[in-house]
Amino acid sequence: MTTAVWALRALTTVAAAVALLAAGSAAAQGSFKLGVVTFLSGPAAESFGVPAANAAKTIIEQFNKGGAPAPYNKTGFGGMKVEMVLIDENGGATKQVQELRNLYQRENVDAVVGYIGSGDCLAVAPVAEELKKFLVLFDCGTPRIFEESSLKYVFRTASHAAMDNVSLARYLKMRNIKADTFNLINQDYAWGQDSKADFLAAMAQLMPNAKPGADLLPKFGAGQYGTEVSALASRPADITYSSLWGGDLQAFILQAGARGALKDTLLVLSAADHVLPGLQDKVPDGTVLGARGAYGILSAKNPLNDWFQKAYADASGVPPVQASYRVTQALMGVKLAVERAMAKNGGKKPSSEELADALRGSSWDTPGGLIQMALGGGQQAIQSTAIGRTRYDAASKRVLAVDVQTFNAECVNPPANVKSLDWIRAGFPGAKCN
Amino acid sequence: MLALTIAVDALTYASWLFIVSLGLTLVFGVLKILNIAHGSIYALGAYAAASAVAVVTSWQLAPVFSLVAMLLAAAGVAAVVGPLLERTLLARFYGHDEVLLLLVTYALFLVLEDVSKLVWGVNPYFVTAPLQLFGSFKLGTMRLSGYDMLLVVLAVVCGLGTWFTLNRTVAGKVVLAVIHNPEMSASMGVNVQRVYTAAFTAGVFLAALGGAFTAPLISVQPGLSVSVIVVSFAVVIIGGLGSIPGAAIGALVVGLARAASVHLMPEIELFSIYLVMAAVLVFRPEGLFQSVKARLI
Repeated sequence: MTTAVWALRALTTVAAAVALLAAGSAAAQGSFKLGVVTFLSGPAAESFGVPAANAAKTIIEQFNKGGAPAPYNKTGFGGMKVEMVLIDENGGATKQVQELRNLYQRENVDAVVGYIGSGDCLAVAPVAEELKKFLVLFDCGTPRIFEESSLKYVFRTASHAAMDNVSLARYLKMRNIKADTFNLINQDYAWGQDSKADFLAAMAQLMPNAKPGADLLPKFGAGQYGTEVSALASRPADITYSSLWGGDLQAFILQAGARGALKDTLLVLSAADHVLPGLQDKVPDGTVLGARGAYGILSAKNPLNDWFQKAYADASGVPPVQASYRVTQALMGVKLAVERAMAKNGGKKPSSEELADALRGSSWDTPGGLIQMALGGGQQAIQSTAIGRTRYDAASKRVLAVDVQTFNAECVNPPANVKSLDWIRAGFPGAKCN
Repeated sequence: MLALTIAVDALTYASWLFIVSLGLTLVFGVLKILNIAHGSIYALGAYAAASAVAVVTSWQLAPVFSLVAMLLAAAGVAAVVGPLLERTLLARFYGHDEVLLLLVTYALFLVLEDVSKLVWGVNPYFVTAPLQLFGSFKLGTMRLSGYDMLLVVLAVVCGLGTWFTLNRTVAGKVVLAVIHNPEMSASMGVNVQRVYTAAFTAGVFLAALGGAFTAPLISVQPGLSVSVIVVSFAVVIIGGLGSIPGAAIGALVVGLARAASVHLMPEIELFSIYLVMAAVLVFRPEGLFQSVKARLI
């Protein structure tokens, strides 16, 4: 054996030993197992579930390769690779309770981020509390979770539905939009009923002369809206308010548009950004719309948002919508909480208690703006939001947002320890709008 | 004017409902199968129509061809899915308890849901060209969509066509004979197996046709099948399982109940349909158009 060959072999052996040591170190660092629950099937999949799942995949991939901008640029969660376990939310609340138990007790996940359906959120929150496991609700809108119970391990990293309706009513008033009469059409379940109550209360405060007319409550997934269109048309109103979303909203706009019923009334929609790409010019110009946050076409231009929009569009081929933003802000919050907890406990993987302590009352920047865990004892977020009007751009075949108005979080969310509806009915005491 | 509005709304809703329910009641009448997968076939029809209209658009054909494309899409679904399901799956369970067949079609419903997702994904499809063909018009103070009137005509054609085929053609009389007594029909030389396949395929065609012609009114996406099958069951139960005039009257009753409640008391819209169904069943447990049958010992 020549000296050169011997030297080469020795070098290879040393290199292999170093690689083994490095691998051992990485194994010691371990991974962070994260359950993500969102609709992968059923009527909510297309509008909310799948955009959220796509965003979760994209963001976790970016985290794992250290591709996100500061302060999210540390690899994975505090150096731990994030291992996602994706679960379908479809199937009802009872199924979700069992699935959550499976995630914690069989899959041994370290945390769960999930849930779009308000009924699912209400059902799973007590389970996480019972098991003393860290749970972040990322999307559901019902205000009741933190207003009616005190929780320790459950968080929601997005504002609840009161914000959407207060901001819509404020927008109508600020822009002097004629709303002497208004009709309502909302789905007949928790989301539709809560949204209607908040909007009616907000209008009574801000535009007391506006008179409600038809008040329709079609079932979720009705599909056929011919009768509702007739009922709305038989009571002409300046505006038609709706919290319909997804396929229901698309079907309503198509059927009402085909009958010319949207010519004489202004549509005011609380959660409609996700239907714009599909409907394009079928959405009447000037429609007032919210996206349940400053998301998508209503979002502000900033480096973090630019990065997110590009990363999402590159991975999914379409721009992100509200659910994509909301799961992203949840994942960013969890990442920072993990890293804060690790900084405190000497770099170990944090327990559910440590994660809860790290997230409670915190705030962080996201593509949709600043998230502040300000309500529900620091477990419920508030955030700023934006409302705008639509204009179809034939050249780009896209619906654009114009006359966008941003509202401070403290202007459109109730203060701590006050129930949303009480706050609205009392005339928004403590609201900070400028 | 309110009465006219309610009547027109009831008619347009009932037309859509009748096209779908007709297939359901036909399949039950001939094969004694309460086919839950009917809803999934409706969804397949909608997806197939969306794809077919997209082809018409990409070939830059006149919009009127989109109607032909929708019809062909429904026929295509029926030609492929009907014989395939009936021969390879359902035929294996004939003679078993009707509850078992119900469970089989429920399993099929779940499978077809996933098949449609595998083929078309979860993104929505829009088929608006046919809707724009017909514009809107005024009836009194009401503004109506011409496309809704097309659905009324289509429902009448489907209903009369099915009735005529069953009652005025030799093939129809053979089907009626099989409905009445399959064993006797077989002994008289009727190929019962072929009648079952044809009847099931016709039912599939009507479900797919309903889906295809609903596609322009909605965004075609996962989850279409559930609500349509629930309300279709209400229709055929009100009218009497297996009865074609029953399906027509059931659809009108449901349409009327729904339209009246939306206009007069919107909060009971969903309840009103099932209230009517319960009321009918109290007085006519077999439905409006089914007579009570003696049990054969």
